[in-house]
Amino acid sequence: MMKFPALKKPKLDFWFFVKVAVILAMLFFLVYPFSTLITRSFFSKKADGATLENYATFFSKKYYLDALKNTLYITFASSITCLLVGAPMAYLMTRYNVFGKRVIYVCIILALMSPPFIGAYSWILLFGRAGFVTRLFAGMGITTPTIYGPGGIILVFTLHLFPYVYLYVSGALTSIDSSLEEAGENLGSSKLRRLFTVTLPVVMPSVLAGAVMVFMTSLADFGTPMLLGEGKTRVLPVLVYDAYMSEIGGNANMASTLSVIVVACSLSVLLLQKFYVARRNYAMTSLRPPKVVELHGWKRFLVTLPVALVAFLGLLPQLTVVVSSFIRTDFTGFIGGFTLENYEKILSRLATNITNTYYFSAIAIIFIVIFGMLISYILVRRRGKVASAMDLLVMFPYVIPGSVLGVCLIVAFNRQPVILTGTAAIMIISYVVRKLPYTVRSGSAFLYQMDASVEEASISLGVSPMKTFFTVVARLMLPGILSGAILSWITCINELSSSIMLYSGKTSTISVAIYQEVMRMSDGTAAALAAILTLTTVVSLMIFLRFSKGRVSVI
Amino acid sequence: MESHDVIIKDAVKAYGDFKAVAGISLDIRKGEFFTLLGPSGCGKTTLLRMIAGFNTIDEGTISFGGRVINGVPAHKRGIGMVFQNYAIFPHLTVAENVAYGLKARKVPARDIAPRVRTALEMVQIDPLAGRRPNELSGGQQQRVALARAFVIEPSVLLMDEPLSNLDAKLRVQMRTTIKKLQRKLGITTVYVTHDQEEALSISDRIAVMKDGRIMQVGEPTQIYKKPENAFVAGFIGVSNFLDCQVDGQDPGNATLLIGDFRLQGVRLNRPYAGPGKIAARPEHLSMGAEGIPGRIELSTFLGDFIEYEILLENGQTLQLNEYTKDALTVKKDGTPVKVLPDADAVIVYGEGGEALT
Repeated sequence: MMKFPALKKPKLDFWFFVKVAVILAMLFFLVYPFSTLITRSFFSKKADGATLENYATFFSKKYYLDALKNTLYITFASSITCLLVGAPMAYLMTRYNVFGKRVIYVCIILALMSPPFIGAYSWILLFGRAGFVTRLFAGMGITTPTIYGPGGIILVFTLHLFPYVYLYVSGALTSIDSSLEEAGENLGSSKLRRLFTVTLPVVMPSVLAGAVMVFMTSLADFGTPMLLGEGKTRVLPVLVYDAYMSEIGGNANMASTLSVIVVACSLSVLLLQKFYVARRNYAMTSLRPPKVVELHGWKRFLVTLPVALVAFLGLLPQLTVVVSSFIRTDFTGFIGGFTLENYEKILSRLATNITNTYYFSAIAIIFIVIFGMLISYILVRRRGKVASAMDLLVMFPYVIPGSVLGVCLIVAFNRQPVILTGTAAIMIISYVVRKLPYTVRSGSAFLYQMDASVEEASISLGVSPMKTFFTVVARLMLPGILSGAILSWITCINELSSSIMLYSGKTSTISVAIYQEVMRMSDGTAAALAAILTLTTVVSLMIFLRFSKGRVSVI
Repeated sequence: MESHDVIIKDAVKAYGDFKAVAGISLDIRKGEFFTLLGPSGCGKTTLLRMIAGFNTIDEGTISFGGRVINGVPAHKRGIGMVFQNYAIFPHLTVAENVAYGLKARKVPARDIAPRVRTALEMVQIDPLAGRRPNELSGGQQQRVALARAFVIEPSVLLMDEPLSNLDAKLRVQMRTTIKKLQRKLGITTVYVTHDQEEALSISDRIAVMKDGRIMQVGEPTQIYKKPENAFVAGFIGVSNFLDCQVDGQDPGNATLLIGDFRLQGVRLNRPYAGPGKIAARPEHLSMGAEGIPGRIELSTFLGDFIEYEILLENGQTLQLNEYTKDALTVKKDGTPVKVLPDADAVIVYGEGGEALT
């Protein structure tokens, strides 16, 4: 037997090996690609060795600075509009007896879960140059405002992402103890004053958390600005894509530089929020949730109207694509009349995309569930230095937009020793890395609530820690994790921004095909594909809502 | 499995500079019902979890039946454990919960069912065998936990405040169940509680703990009647503490000067002269013609006894109990009285807190 010098010997148990495996996987699929990306950003074809040239180019050329300005303008503006829409909606929905609350709630969730670029696409179908509404009004001699450009992008982001603010704020509003507001009332503040001096400050961290989610998501989105920007309103993720596409065969240096800048933007916003929330943490356990005001007659109707209207607008894209997928088209666009030929076309031409989408997502979900359970267990129950490092690593993809992750994986795996570009594996890896944080977060939340003595009871009865994990802990976590997995599944099938960077002819997905069909002006097939995605999303979401019974948050 | 004695030698558990268990040695005899009693944060649960194997032993040793178990993982220690919050497997039925440890031990399937039935009968919940945990009350869940722990015939049974989540009436009921069961099975049992009444009523022996150390080990009556130090006297039951001057050149007949009052005829265990402290239980104080002068602040009639709160002239408050059968009337608040400690029953402590009686 060999003897090693006695350092503090780690226990060579099951969890030791899991920790090693997880850390190695993270190093290989996250740290290595991202550090390659950073290294690449300092290289240029024009210079030998490391250089700041790419960054110098970025900060000196109007082309890039305009994109940065556009990006920041659009994301900040969208965060604010989402706040203005989401927060009042949350207040109305939690405090008043709005008609059809349940239905409106489901519509709001659907708006959030729908593929982002389908929103953009539908608004083009309605208000675009050849849109249904545009032509209708043009027939009456009225010119409708354009949907293209920053305004349209902000509108689409707002209707798609306001649910983030809504969900965070309504969560906070229902967990305020009513005595707090009553105290405000006792002290003599008026209702409106109370809203601004008591209620609002207390829910402020949640409001901000929602706004930051909007910021991050709109910053990361590629499809919407690509479709509505029409090459004129450029934002950073679009530039990343363009730079990468124009550099094909080259070495993606500028794409790397742009990626680093995008990550820096989202990271700084996230840190700002963390800094703010860390100083204002009003953790509250609601003993008496606030009462719902019972309105009657026209007052109740008045409260319902704005809420229902926003929910309807959020859902409009889905309705539009489903309806238009059954309308006959030719090369000029939709020409009217019911048909199934759009579906016949996609089934004959794009069947692989459909199977790929479901196949890749399903495999990704299996990995997400397994890794999600193991990692959240380590984070909650095996706290220590390794767990803290793991926590940081696993949450890092939060700040990496899909297109950036795409570039990361390409620059890391398009050369020896491991070549994965063009394979199904690289698509699946990108899905797992991006969606894992969500599952880990919901898994950890569940474990924090689960009493650790249940595990200890099993161990004390003679079952090893490893077997205990699989027969007791995993078994008990499963419902929560599976609900989370359904949400990850929905985001995987709708994923565009990293797929568009990573796909090859054989590994293309539905979302990539929609994007390409829209670009080829093949509206009928695009609508049919979008309808398939929308339908899958709706069905999955219904299963989720039935399954989770409100115990698992959608955000 | 045969029941074992548990020998703890100089056990230490340290979290950084803080020692949750600061060098504890205990001999827990085979078949004994042994209780670790102390206020929260005294290290009792930490020590129990070291015995169970859920906390590592940083220094010292713990052995079961002569075998040191420091390096043995929890699932191989052959213990049974009952937790404060029951820790019933929510996805298994009552019978499946109880069978869980037997299956892990690869007990033949045909033996499992009868053993589970017997165990459930012993805790009187055999009609609930097919139920799910969420259909059970707290008391029933704790019975399941108990059956699940002893059905595997553990060498040591560990209980971590098993009754603290139950209501008062149920707690007394379960206390009796646990005590009878332990007697019948003869399993060495280590029981953790912060409730002194529970500890006194259920244990063969008690270790009173404070700040990671043992303050006293003994039978319940010993602990109650002869607390070895002021902490134990104050923690177990109610004690009135009074400063005094001890004049005990003759330990067989010492005199205590309490204020202006001289208490004579106190027996000390050794000669001592100097400042000290006496601890007197409320039932070891009486009112009479002579004693420490004071005034009744509040009298409370409690059925079989009367509780008096007495304010002494030096501003200190005492609690004094008088049995209703010995009293003619309940004295009115404000009545001036003289309080006489029972010279045979009070405990005297020297300057350093060590017992002199």
